[in-house]
Amino acid sequence: MGNKNKWGNLYLVLVFAVLYAPILYLMYYSFNSAGNMHEFEGFTWQWYGEVFQDTRLMIILINTLVIALLSSAIATIIGIIGALAIDRIQRRRLKDAVLSLNNVLIVSPDVIIGASFLILFTIVGIKLGFASVLISHIAFSIPITVLMILPRLQEMSPTLVDAARDLGASRRDVLARVILPFIKQGIFAGFFMAFTYSLDDFAVTFFVTGNGYSTLSVEIYSRARQGVALSINALSTLIFLFTTALVVGYYMINRRAQTRTRRSEPAAEMGVPR
Amino acid sequence: MQANTRAIYMLPYYVWIVLFVVAPVVLVAYYSFFDVDGNLTLQNYRTFFTPVYMQMTLSSFWYAFLVTLFSLLIAYPAAYLLTRTKHRQLWILLIILPTWINLLLKTYAFIGIFGTYGPVNALLGAIGIGEQQLLFNAFSFVFVSVYIFVPFMILPIYNALEELNPTLISAARDLGASGWTTFRRVIFPLTLSGVKSGCMAVFIPSLSLFMITRLIAGNKVITLGTAIEQHFLVTQDWGMGSTVAVVLIIAMAVLMLLTGGFGQEVRHGK
Repeated sequence: MGNKNKWGNLYLVLVFAVLYAPILYLMYYSFNSAGNMHEFEGFTWQWYGEVFQDTRLMIILINTLVIALLSSAIATIIGIIGALAIDRIQRRRLKDAVLSLNNVLIVSPDVIIGASFLILFTIVGIKLGFASVLISHIAFSIPITVLMILPRLQEMSPTLVDAARDLGASRRDVLARVILPFIKQGIFAGFFMAFTYSLDDFAVTFFVTGNGYSTLSVEIYSRARQGVALSINALSTLIFLFTTALVVGYYMINRRAQTRTRRSEPAAEMGVPR
Repeated sequence: MQANTRAIYMLPYYVWIVLFVVAPVVLVAYYSFFDVDGNLTLQNYRTFFTPVYMQMTLSSFWYAFLVTLFSLLIAYPAAYLLTRTKHRQLWILLIILPTWINLLLKTYAFIGIFGTYGPVNALLGAIGIGEQQLLFNAFSFVFVSVYIFVPFMILPIYNALEELNPTLISAARDLGASGWTTFRRVIFPLTLSGVKSGCMAVFIPSLSLFMITRLIAGNKVITLGTAIEQHFLVTQDWGMGSTVAVVLIIAMAVLMLLTGGFGQEVRHGK
């Protein structure tokens, strides 16, 4: 048994090593004064300096954050509405149908989402750029926010709403004081997922950005196509640290909230297939 | 409350469904019947059924199959071993973390790792195999894709294994089943749902990864996704691009039907 365990652990170590190797590799060479990704010459902050002096990159970074914040906020609001709408449907088959429609954008390949949105924007006459990118990010974030909020809504006992109504709460009060506080955690999770989806998206954005407007992943793609540039490494190191802080922070907040309610399940909370 | 006020505040969501779920699919289908000059035609479909496109489709499916197979072979044991570790939550978080790193950055890392002077070639040189051209071929495409998708295969399998009742395994062992028989007759069949959703979460996106083929495979591998991107953004032949997209949508729908419907697989491979 002990021997078996040893091999098992070795395998896991190997999986983790391969999983993290490329990320660490990028980070390591971001300090390379030689300017390439294969011969470490000496330590330098040069590439980080380059990242911060690159005004174009800074503008793109701000674009990316603005899009992520705006799109996830709007998607969360529509997601709340969607979850309420689906929760209210009584007929089982209709409910399943709406849920299936909800999930179409989650399971569709990004290329198809991107291409079909490109057609849509062209027909409607929306200029490619900020507006088209924002709208598409909202559109592909909505289904995930619905999926994060709906389970909380279904956990809620209907008697809670009845009680509030009996005690004279208006429809608005019920929503603001009973329903929304109850599903707060789902809303928060949905917003977080939408935010990271937006930060991370490449394929859809690539289709709907016109000339002149760019987000971080589109920019990284076009720079990477030109070959190795260590400012990308520096940038990716910063992004990695930011992402890690985000995920760990989210995990901590979630865990604290959940120890009060139930056993924590990070996989479920993060929208991972189960 | 009156039914109509209800309907009004729910409008944004239903508008979203119509505009961004139903309309795009209809538009893609509609555009697939037009040629570059805007004439109504079936030519795109005729073109699709020529050997060039058929071969591309077949190879796209073949590569997606390979990527799914290798991901599964690596992920299953990993998921199994993870259920056996202490601090499982932490390890799973560490599996999830790399999936939050931008796909393009991870792909970009491999340009350095597999490069002519990269560490893998240095290693191959040191053990006497000699330098190989690792980039810009099918190998690098499959490797990088598997790298990117393995976490998405591990998670659903891990969840399925977590839900497995351990007494069933003990019972099998008590009744004299060997380790392998227990796995083959008890563990694997009971975690099949996780395997299925993992395969779905890998296979479909692998059909449409165009950035990896562009950055790593040097256009040696052309997937359906590459073809769609090419038609939409390079040659501007939206009709043909839509036709390929329609084929991809149909393939997707068929796969969903075969594997038992719409799961809640997570989007990835962005």
